[in-house]
Amino acid sequence: MIAARLAQIAITTVALSFIFFMLIGLMPGDPIDLAIAGDPRLTAEDAARLRALHGLDQPLLSRYFAWAAAVLSGNPGFSRLFAQPVAALIGPALLSTLTLLGFALGIAVVLGTALGVLAALRPRAAPAVQTLALLAQSVPGFWLGIMLIVVFAVWLGWLPAGGAEGGWRALILPVATLAFANLAGYARHAASAMAGALHDPWIRSARARGASESRIAWRHAFPNAAVPVITLIGLDAGALVSGAVITEALFARPGMGKLIFDAIMGNDSNLALLALLVVAVVTMLGSLGADLAQRALDPRIR
Amino acid sequence: MKLRIGLSLLALVALAAILAPWVGSHDPFAPDLFNRYAPPSAAHPLGTDDLGRDVALRLLHGARVSLAVGLGAALMAMLVGTAAGLLAAWRGGWWDAVLMRLADALLALPALPLLIVLSALDPAAIGLPRGEAGADILRIAVILAAFGWVGVARLARAAALSVLAQDFVRAARALGVSETRLLLRHVLPQLAPPIAVATALAVAGAILAESALSFLGLGIAPPAASWGNMLANAQEAVFAAPLVALWPGLAILLTVAGCSLVADGLRR
Repeated sequence: MIAARLAQIAITTVALSFIFFMLIGLMPGDPIDLAIAGDPRLTAEDAARLRALHGLDQPLLSRYFAWAAAVLSGNPGFSRLFAQPVAALIGPALLSTLTLLGFALGIAVVLGTALGVLAALRPRAAPAVQTLALLAQSVPGFWLGIMLIVVFAVWLGWLPAGGAEGGWRALILPVATLAFANLAGYARHAASAMAGALHDPWIRSARARGASESRIAWRHAFPNAAVPVITLIGLDAGALVSGAVITEALFARPGMGKLIFDAIMGNDSNLALLALLVVAVVTMLGSLGADLAQRALDPRIR
Repeated sequence: MKLRIGLSLLALVALAAILAPWVGSHDPFAPDLFNRYAPPSAAHPLGTDDLGRDVALRLLHGARVSLAVGLGAALMAMLVGTAAGLLAAWRGGWWDAVLMRLADALLALPALPLLIVLSALDPAAIGLPRGEAGADILRIAVILAAFGWVGVARLARAAALSVLAQDFVRAARALGVSETRLLLRHVLPQLAPPIAVATALAVAGAILAESALSFLGLGIAPPAASWGNMLANAQEAVFAAPLVALWPGLAILLTVAGCSLVADGLRR
C-alpha cells in the first residue's frame, strides 16, 4: 500500500513539475525582459547573447528537460529575486510554515473534536456548536486575521501585527486565524461520528454491564468516532496548506506561502517551481500520513 | 429552517447586487481625496475608504462581482462535474479510473498556490481577455471552476452509480431505450439533489476563493469593487481606519454562510 501510494505521489510530482514549468513559461516576461527593463544600456544583441547563454532561446520542452536534469542532480539553481541558492531559501521557509501548520492543525483538531464531542454528549450545546462551526467555515480566514490584528495589535497593542520577530508572540495571531478557519470540519465530523458511535450496540451492552457514562463516552464511543476525524485531516491537507499561504501573506510571515507568492510575482521561476513542488509533495505526504494513521487505528480497513 | 435562513441571506445579497446601480447619489468609483477615511455620516453611512469612495456603495457593487464569480464558477463546475461524474459512473473501467484519479489528485493538492500560478498567467496566452472587470470575472470564474468541478463530480458519480444499479435501469435497457435517453431522461433527474448540494457548496467555495485571490491582488483589479480587493485596500490602512476592513468581510461571511445553509438544508 505504502509503495503504491509513494509511486503515485512520485508520478503526480513529475506530472506537476511539467505542468508548472509550462504554466510558468506562459507567464508574461522572462528574466532577460526584466534585465532589459532594468538596464537601458543593454542592446538587442546583448539580450540575444544572454538568452543563448542561459538557454532561454531553446523551446520550452527542452528547457524543461534541462531544468529537470539539473534538479535531479541536486542543483535546482539560484533565485533571481533573492540572489541565493534556491535550496537555501526553501529550508527555513518550510520549517516556518510547518511550525505554523503544526500548531494550527493541532489546535483545530483538538478544539474541533472537543466541540463535536460536546455537541454529541450534550444535545443542548449542539445548536451553539453548529452555529460556531457555520461561522468558522464561512469566515474568510484572511479577514478574521485582519480583525484579530485590529483588536490585538492596533487597539490593545498586546501582540505584533505580523513579521517573524518576537518569537512565539508573533505566532499567536497567525495560528489562531488558521486554527479557527479549519475548526469547522472537525467539529462537524466529530459530532456526527460521536452521535453515531453512541448508538452502536456495544454501547448498550457496555451500559448494561454498568460502565460509567464517562467511560462509555471516552473508552467505547470516542475511539470509534476518532477515525473519521483522522480521515478528514488527510482530505483537508490541501485546504490547510492553502490557508497557510494566505495567512502568511497577511501576517508577512516568511514561509512557503509568501515565498511562492513573491517568486511568482517577481518572475523568479527557479524558486517558484521548486517551492510549488515542495509544497505539493509535503501536502501529499501529509495526507498519506493521515491515511496510515487511520489504518493503524482502524483494524477494519487493514 | 436552515434552507429558509440561507435563501433569505442570499436573496438579500442578490437584491443588493441588482439594486446597486440605482442606490446613492455618489459615484462609487470616483475618488474624493479631500474626504479620505471619513467616519460614518448621513452622506456616507459606512464612511469612506482610502480614496474617499463611499464604502457602503462599493459593498453593494462588490456583491455583483462576488455573486457573478460565485455563480459563474459554480455553474461551470456543475456542468463539467456532472458530465464527468456521470461519464465515470456510466462507462466505468478506464474512464472511471482516469477521471477519479484526476479528481483525487486535484483534491490532494493545495489549491491556493495553484490558483496563484493560474491567476498570474498572461490570460491572452490561453485565449482569455484581460483588462476590464467583466473579463476579470470570467477569467477568475474559469480558474475556480477548474478546481471546483471535483466536488460535484464525486457526488454525481456516487449518486449515478447507485441509480445505475437499480432495476428500472435494467428494465429500461431491456425495453430498448437508447443509452443517451437512459442517461438524460432516467438517470440525470435523479442526480438533481446531490448536484444541487454540491453546487451550493461550490458557490460558497468560489466566493471565498475569489475574495482570497482579490485580496492577494490577483483577482478583480481595481477600480472595480470586489469584497476581496476592498479588504486588501483596508488592510494597508488597518492602523489609520480599522473599521473599513470590517464590512467587506462581514459581507463575505454572510454570503458564504447563506450558501452553506442552503446546502445543509437541501441535504435533508
